[in-house]
Amino acid sequence: MASLVIAEHDNHSLKPATLNTVTAAIACGGEVHVLVAGKNAAAAATAASQVAGVSKVLHAEADVFVQGLAEHMAAQVLALASGYSHILFAATASGKNIAPRVAAKLDVAQVSDITRVDSPDTFERPIYAGNAMATVQATDATKVITVRTTGFDAAATSGSAAVESIQATTADAKSQFMGSEIAKNDRPELTAAKVIVSGGRALGSAEKFNEVITPLADKLGAALGASRAAVDAGYAPNDWQVGQTGKIVAPQLYVACGISGAIQHLAGMKDSKVIVAINKDPEAPIFSVADYGLEADLFVAVPELVKLL
Amino acid sequence: MKALVAVKRVVDYNVKVRVKSDQTGVDIANVKMSMNPFDEIAVEEAVRLKEKGILTEVVVVSCGVTQCQETLRTAMAIGADRGILVETSEELQPLAVAKLLKALADKEQPGMVILGKQAIDDDCNQTGQMLAALADWPQATFASKVEMVDGNLHVTREVDGGLETLKLSLPAVITTDLRLNEPRYVTLPNIMKAKKKQIDIFKPEDLGVDVTPRIKTLKVSEPPKRSAGIKVADVAALVDKLKNEAKVI
Repeated sequence: MASLVIAEHDNHSLKPATLNTVTAAIACGGEVHVLVAGKNAAAAATAASQVAGVSKVLHAEADVFVQGLAEHMAAQVLALASGYSHILFAATASGKNIAPRVAAKLDVAQVSDITRVDSPDTFERPIYAGNAMATVQATDATKVITVRTTGFDAAATSGSAAVESIQATTADAKSQFMGSEIAKNDRPELTAAKVIVSGGRALGSAEKFNEVITPLADKLGAALGASRAAVDAGYAPNDWQVGQTGKIVAPQLYVACGISGAIQHLAGMKDSKVIVAINKDPEAPIFSVADYGLEADLFVAVPELVKLL
Repeated sequence: MKALVAVKRVVDYNVKVRVKSDQTGVDIANVKMSMNPFDEIAVEEAVRLKEKGILTEVVVVSCGVTQCQETLRTAMAIGADRGILVETSEELQPLAVAKLLKALADKEQPGMVILGKQAIDDDCNQTGQMLAALADWPQATFASKVEMVDGNLHVTREVDGGLETLKLSLPAVITTDLRLNEPRYVTLPNIMKAKKKQIDIFKPEDLGVDVTPRIKTLKVSEPPKRSAGIKVADVAALVDKLKNEAKVI
C-alpha cells in the first residue's frame, strides 16, 4: 500500500497546498510518493524531496506539463496509478480539474474534498456547503481523493527523499492552452495566508474597497478576500471570493469588514482560528461566528484600526 | 450542432438543511427542490449559443427520480428543446451519472456537453471531468466565457489566481462557473410552451449502465458549531483583545 501525491508547483517551488495533501496521504498509511510533473521543474522536485514523510519523488519532464492541462496531467498520473492504493490531489482549481479524469479512467469513484482520514478507506467530507459532514467509505481498490487543505496541517520540510527521474507520459490532447491572466501581487495567496482581510457589499464601490480595506491588509501583511456580494457587484476580483463557491480558507485571523455573513460565505471561512467582524448591523449573522465583534461603521472603524495597529 | 446539457434536481439553495437525528443523512422530506444553480447557468449558456446560431438543438438530461421531470420542464422553459430523463430511485454518484451521460452522448452525438461545475448537495465537482475522460474528449471546467472561433471552442476558465483560456476541438465538455452568465427569468408563456415539449424516459439498464454506488455513506453529522464570541466596545478594545487575548497580531 502506497500513496501518490500529485504536487502542485510553479516549476521552482511547491504550492503550500501540496504540504497539506502530503499530511493527508501520511494519514492513509503506507509510503508516500510525490509526483512532480513539469518543465525544468528540478527545483520543485528538490523542494518535494524535502517534505517530511515523503519517501520518494517522481520527476517527469515535458514541455506540455508547464500549463498543467488536465488531459496531459491525467495521462501522466494514469501511467503510474497501478502502483498505488491512494492517489491524492489538493482540492484546488487544478486538482479538482484533473482528479476526476483519473478516477473515471480507472473506473473508480472519487472522494472529493476530504477533511479527515478515519482509516485507509474511510474519510470525512463536508456536504451541503459544510452544513453537514459525511463519513464515507470508498469501496473501490484505488482511492482517488482531493484534499481540502484547511482540514490538514502542512507537512514539515525537514525530509530528504530520493528524486527519481521518470519517463514522461502525455496525451494526444484535443485541448490547447492559449493564454492566462494571472494577477501578480506581493500578497500571500488567499488559501495559504495567515491573515485575511475581507470586504463585503457595505464597501459600496471598488474605489472604497481599495481605499479602506487595502491599508488594513498592508498593515497586517494579509491576503485580501471578499464576499460573493462584493465580487458580484464588481468591487473585488473573482478570485478573491471566499465562500462555498469561492475559496475555502482557514487563516489564523480573519477580519470581515462589512460582510453580513450569508451561509454561503460562512461555509468558506468558519474554520478560521480567530474571526473578527466589523459591521454596523447588530443583527448581522457574521456576529454569530465571530470571536470578536465590533458594531461600528467600517468607514470609521477600519481606518482607526489601521492607526492603532 | 446539438448540445447536451445535464441538470440535477437538488435541495433549493435557500434551504438550510438539517441533519437527521439518526445520522443517516439530511432531512429532505417536504423541502423545496430546484435545479442546481450551476446547471441553470449551463442551460442558459446553451440557449444563448442557440440564439447566436451556433447550436441548432439543446437537449437537457436529468438522472434520478420521476420528479426530475419538473427540473427538465424548467430547463425547457429557459429554452431547451427537449428532455431526457434517466429514471431510477437508486442513489446516483458522479461516476454513474458520467456513464449515463456517456451512453446518451453516444446515442445523440452532440458537439458539446455543458454541465454545472458542481452540485450544491454533494459538492463533488466530478461529473463533467469524468464524462470527458470516459468519452476521451477535451474538457474546460469552471468556464466564465465560451466562444466559438473557426469551429473550435475558446473557453476562459476561472483558475486559482486569475483566468486562463483554452482552445478545444469538438466534441468537448464544458462545466460552468457562476460568472458565465445570469440565467433569465422564465416567463409564463415559456412555461406553458415547455409543457408541450417532449421528454423521453430511459432506465439505466436501457443504456447498459451499472449505477451501483461505489461509495457508502456511513454517517452524516452536524458540523462542529462555532459559538459566538464577544462584542467589543471600540477599536482600541479590539486591538487589545487581538494582541493580548487571542495573540494573533
